[in-house]
Amino acid sequence: MNYKRPKADVVIIGLGWSGSTMAEELTRAGLKVVAIERGAWRDTSTSFPTTRDPDELSGSVRKEILQAPVTETYTVRNKVGQTALPMRKYHNLTLGNNVGGAGTHWAGASWRWLPFDHQPYSHVMQRYGAGQLVDGLILQDWGVTYDDLEPFYDRFEKIAGTSGTAGVVNGQRQPGGNPFEGSRTAPYPTPALERSRANVLFAEAATRLGYHPFPVPSAMIGAPYKNALGLNLAPCTYCGYCQLYGCGNWSKSSPNICILPVLMQRPNFTVVTECEVIRINTTPDRKMATGVTFVDSDGNIGEQPADIVITATFTLDNTRLLLLSGISTPYDVASGQGVVGRAFTFQTLSWGFMFFENEYLNPFMNTGALATQIDDFNGDNFDHTGLGFIGGAGIQSLSNQGLPIGMAGLLPQGSPQWGKGWKQAFQKGYQNYAQIQGQGTSFAHREQFLDLDPTYKDRFGQPLLRITFDYNENDRRSGRFIRDKCVEIAREMGATQVGGDSFADRPYSGYTPWDSSHVQGGVVMGEDPRTSVQNRYQQNWDIPNLFVLGASSFPNNAGYNPTVAVGATTLWTATAIKDLYLKNPGPLVRL
Amino acid sequence: MKRRDVIKGGLVLMATSTLASIYKPAYSKTYVGGSGAWRATPPPPLSVVDGSRLVYLTADEARLVGAIFDVLIPADELGMGATEAGCVTFLDHQLAGPYGTAAKDYKLGPVVEGLPQQGPQSIMTPAEIYRKGLAEFEQAVHAKFDKSFTDLSEEQKIAFLKSIESGAIAFDTLKSDQFFVLLLQNVREGYLADPMYGGNRDMVGWKLVGFPGAIYDYRDWIVSKRGKKIDIHPISLLGRA
Ligand SMILES: Cc1cc2nc3c(=O)[nH]c(=O)nc-3n(C[C@H](O)[C@H](O)[C@H](O)COP(=O)(O)OP(=O)(O)OC[C@H]3O[C@@H](n4cnc5c(N)ncnc54)[C@H](O)[C@@H]3O)c2cc1C
Ligand code: SF4
Repeated sequence: MNYKRPKADVVIIGLGWSGSTMAEELTRAGLKVVAIERGAWRDTSTSFPTTRDPDELSGSVRKEILQAPVTETYTVRNKVGQTALPMRKYHNLTLGNNVGGAGTHWAGASWRWLPFDHQPYSHVMQRYGAGQLVDGLILQDWGVTYDDLEPFYDRFEKIAGTSGTAGVVNGQRQPGGNPFEGSRTAPYPTPALERSRANVLFAEAATRLGYHPFPVPSAMIGAPYKNALGLNLAPCTYCGYCQLYGCGNWSKSSPNICILPVLMQRPNFTVVTECEVIRINTTPDRKMATGVTFVDSDGNIGEQPADIVITATFTLDNTRLLLLSGISTPYDVASGQGVVGRAFTFQTLSWGFMFFENEYLNPFMNTGALATQIDDFNGDNFDHTGLGFIGGAGIQSLSNQGLPIGMAGLLPQGSPQWGKGWKQAFQKGYQNYAQIQGQGTSFAHREQFLDLDPTYKDRFGQPLLRITFDYNENDRRSGRFIRDKCVEIAREMGATQVGGDSFADRPYSGYTPWDSSHVQGGVVMGEDPRTSVQNRYQQNWDIPNLFVLGASSFPNNAGYNPTVAVGATTLWTATAIKDLYLKNPGPLVRL
Repeated sequence: MKRRDVIKGGLVLMATSTLASIYKPAYSKTYVGGSGAWRATPPPPLSVVDGSRLVYLTADEARLVGAIFDVLIPADELGMGATEAGCVTFLDHQLAGPYGTAAKDYKLGPVVEGLPQQGPQSIMTPAEIYRKGLAEFEQAVHAKFDKSFTDLSEEQKIAFLKSIESGAIAFDTLKSDQFFVLLLQNVREGYLADPMYGGNRDMVGWKLVGFPGAIYDYRDWIVSKRGKKIDIHPISLLGRA
């Protein structure tokens, strides 16, 4: 049966952080909003009850909370000329598949990006000139600056209840915080959590080396807090079942605890779950969006008409939906023309791995983002003259794993992986293993892009999204530089065995252990329609009633995790819709 | 599900069995704000695996798996071996469930082998891999010793597994080293997962490393026990030892 739902003012596709943040703003402004979400409804108290502890097998190992490849997967190749193949099994992108999106099971590191990260082009040109860029690198400003976004960063932190220690407030340096951060108008809503033993050793070592350690701001609520929407959040208990798990404790900021309970009080809000949007509909001249078409769980085809269409399905599906719907010009790698799928980035990870002799690191007491970091080598916080690359990484001691199956192979070099010797090595290694992550920037490149796969289809017969990605020379240079810093600090921490790794030295794979889940770009915002899909308000250049939200808007990735920047840009766009677009529907930027 | 071929806009819906298993029964729901009823369906109740009979493996397969697992995780002064800890029961039930059928994998074709970095392309399920892999494992043992693996000496078992691990001894069709990786992963899972899944008897795996199990509040210890040994009896779901 094909059916049509009653028309809404706004349809939002996907109800993760982006979709629910936008829904809250627009329903508060009185608009009738319908959200369509592929996953099932999840509410904290029923779905993640504290009366029932999580377990590692169903969580981190079998990954029951994630979007399964059978539902939708992606094909991958390193470069043009290779045949892309589907990721058939669970892979590193660990996407969300429920109301709340990946925001239900994320790790929760909660960063404002540096002012540099929003205007990398202007900044690099001014300080170094074009000679600093490796061949083929794509570098462009966002059209919106840190200063434009600051009030929205602040608002999003107050929705999320972010914990942390401020480094710069109203231009004034604050003790214990990140001295390199953009100036804030307010401190973090809740205080930073206590540190792990590994974090403390890292901070001491980094200080001795002359660096500036600070607690990583996080979604782990630092004290009882009533958020900006009036919801009560509770302090984190360091339970250690965090990344890849929902938090039943009301302690990990998520759409489920921070926004949805408010939305569900509003009669002008509706969410339709377990329906997958397959197309954004437009008028025949492609000048306006008219709504969306979706498949429900019985295989029926539904249509949701709306005056405004907002896509919030995360980087990959945002790009795929535009391509499937024939909206805006797809990127063509041969000519370098076109915009959808262009400026795709990942995250350049480097690591220092270490073992101590007689520590009790008690790794099970952790959170998804229990980390202490230095930003001395992040963004453009250091002089890159003569280094041959731009960017860098946040370098952090990360205490986010203590579950035993996941640690069973983390043994000092030369240890047996099975037999009696394994038992001895595992017993010791479990308490003595620590890691330093260099979470590196990623800049776009002409040869990194997204398009539709010519061969592989999803369960509905629609083309899968194809990822063509390998690390570029800028990533390789920055990755090695950062790896050496990780190793330097690990040695200073007193570890007896230290190893380093720079992932960018090997071809990209969606299966590298300990790799990132962050992918950005493909539907980027910008100042020029020849190099961006949307204007500075995340409004489509061609279709003024279409807005695409999320990390797909970012033409570069920072040495940070993306979500608070996603929240801030979403709030910025919501304000533009309410204050500008509704008063005068049409393009918000005229060239 | 009704078969529906060409639908509006030229989309083709395929009524494959994979699709049918996802889409039955209808789960789509509409939640309207202010209407009050918006609780999720609670997760299904936890239950303990019944190890009294085999559910996927044959008795011979179970004996062979047990013999292999006990070399990978042997009994010693640090705790019981894999079989006594229930790892064979664990595996048997895993193979009979969604893990065994690779229910979450993408299985549409064409199936072709790619570069290592493109990840596994085979659409064989773990249940199928074990059925075939164990048979080929035994064949390889017979070819070398003219005996069954269970009849080898401890040293012979260890040496044989090393050559499976390195791939030095090949199987007829499967890749022996990849089968080894699966065996090792699954025995560790059995030894270290919550006991309700059939393994980790008496929480032996957790006691080995001092993992406290399903504790959800460490606020009292995060500072007071920082860098210090914590002696605690672990806790499992369903209070099963
Ligand atoms: C394991 C993990 C750890 C992470 N850790 C961090 C961290 O520490 N810090 C940080 O800042 N970020 C982190 N991230 C990233 C963070 O989770 C995302 O940036 C954030 O959740 C993005 O929110 P979103 O709403 O844009 O997208 P999502 O949360 O992905 O939501 C998109 C929603 O759209 C739905 N959807 C997709 N396609 C369709 C369709 N066709 N029709 C209908 N619905 C659809 C999905 O089901 C999903 O619910 C992590 C991510 C993962 C996976
Ligand atoms: S570590 Fe904290 S925030 Fe994370 S799941 Fe546990 S209680 Fe929740």
